[in-house]
Amino acid sequence: MTEDAHHLRPGAPALVVVKPGMLTTIQDEGRWGLQAHGVPVAGPMDPVSHRLANALVGNDRGAATLEVTLVGPELEFDDERIVAVTGAAFDLWLDGKSVPHNAAFTAAAGSRLRFGERRLGARAYLAVAGGINVAPTLGSRATHLISAMGGLEGRALRVADRLPLGQPMRSPAAAGQRTPIVALPDRHARIRIRPGPQAEYFSPDALEVLQSAPYVIAQHSDRMGFRLEGPPLTHHRGADIISDATPLGVLQVPASGQPILLMADRQTTGGYPKVATVISADIAVAGQLGPSDTITFTVCTPREALGALIAQERALMALEGPWS
Amino acid sequence: MNYRIVPAGDSALIVEFEERIDAAVNACTIACAAAIQRASLAGIRDVVPTYRSLAIYFDPLRTDSDALMERVTHEAEHAVAPGGAPPPPVRIPVCYGGEFGPDLHAVASFAHLSPDEVVRVHTSAIYRVFMLGFVPGFAYLGLVDERIAMPRHSTPRIRVPAGSVGLAGVQTGVYPAETPGGWQLIGRTPVRPFDPARAQPFLLKAGDAVEFYPIDRTEFDRLLERGGNHRSAAAHD
Repeated sequence: MTEDAHHLRPGAPALVVVKPGMLTTIQDEGRWGLQAHGVPVAGPMDPVSHRLANALVGNDRGAATLEVTLVGPELEFDDERIVAVTGAAFDLWLDGKSVPHNAAFTAAAGSRLRFGERRLGARAYLAVAGGINVAPTLGSRATHLISAMGGLEGRALRVADRLPLGQPMRSPAAAGQRTPIVALPDRHARIRIRPGPQAEYFSPDALEVLQSAPYVIAQHSDRMGFRLEGPPLTHHRGADIISDATPLGVLQVPASGQPILLMADRQTTGGYPKVATVISADIAVAGQLGPSDTITFTVCTPREALGALIAQERALMALEGPWS
Repeated sequence: MNYRIVPAGDSALIVEFEERIDAAVNACTIACAAAIQRASLAGIRDVVPTYRSLAIYFDPLRTDSDALMERVTHEAEHAVAPGGAPPPPVRIPVCYGGEFGPDLHAVASFAHLSPDEVVRVHTSAIYRVFMLGFVPGFAYLGLVDERIAMPRHSTPRIRVPAGSVGLAGVQTGVYPAETPGGWQLIGRTPVRPFDPARAQPFLLKAGDAVEFYPIDRTEFDRLLERGGNHRSAAAHD
């Protein structure tokens, strides 16, 4: 980057929000370690694409990116920066010229990046060399909307917000378009689950029912969770439990029998029984789904779950290099 | 104490103790969580005790799952509630009724008591923090006297102001921030159970004891003015 840009502008170089998009939030890997105090984890809905974006611009995996939802923003760069956009496939325009998805490119000082039409997937991740450098809250920059914590004032981005950028740390990985690590779902995904932790609260055929037909993601679904509509599950010990912890990707089932898939902004605890849990490797695919998309659940073995996660990790580490 | 260990997906283990809301079961749960936390095993991301179970979240790529299972089994097997005197209660001032407690009269009708008697019942117990959840710093306190244990609203309020003191069945608690909420609101405290800017962001932790005491509106305003975050407004005795 040019030294001049720093000298000409007061304060830290920033990314300026020209248009915020539908729901654009600052996310890092999440606020872990405080769930015993009721602090939700938050973090990216598609953690793999978030990590890939950071790798492409030479950031540590813990750097904050922007999570872009369904309708993308328009942003202006104060200074020259290496940038990458991963996850959902949007048409990307840098000062009116097309730039690639899943690849690092350079945005000149004063240039504007506009997200155009969305082709596939629900959430894109924009990483800037140096990371989005807002002050961390309780050790994390991740935005949690309900508790208004983290990110920029705990909220989604608005017009004219200035997002401070950090110092770029190192040269980015070699240029060139990458094969995405998460295959973007085309409005439907097959998602692997493991039974439990409370499968015994349901009728013996519950796991079969869960796998019998696709579930539709309802309209009022968000970063907290996806309300699903499909074959109803039958409780046989009632629909209330003594409240307990709610893991990422768990399928909790209220009295209606329609499961809710808990995602990044889930509360730390809940009072409904949980029939099954999405495997870690498939959280990223789930994060690329939006309202009216569908999910087919499949039970897999622990070995398959771990194997899928290892494959994902290898692909990411190959791009991250030795520093991360 | 009886227990079982069940996985939740590939990155969490759940240790369940006996299925009831009970101080001894809860104390055992908290002790087990603390022991696992102290063990500082590689790959553990979070340990979360609740009423009668705890979740251990881990990174499956950085955790030796056999060693984890062995250690968790050992700690569950040996979990005991700590003996000795209970901790001194954290005292929380509450301005009951009026605009701060829009449900106080409904609770009084439910209980066949006067509003003043409901306040007396609510302030005469020392409550246990069974767990935190819902939003940062929200402590589930119990057990509330059965006479005033009115169920929550069937339709939650869209906005419950920060500091509202509510009850739902045998549970009571303070809303740390403005959120939606379905509990019966009987008063408000100037104390903030959670403030990320404070040196100690959380007023309460699981296993603490809590006692409410009544204050009038003048005192409420004075304490709020002085900073609801001030520790002395809710100091340990």
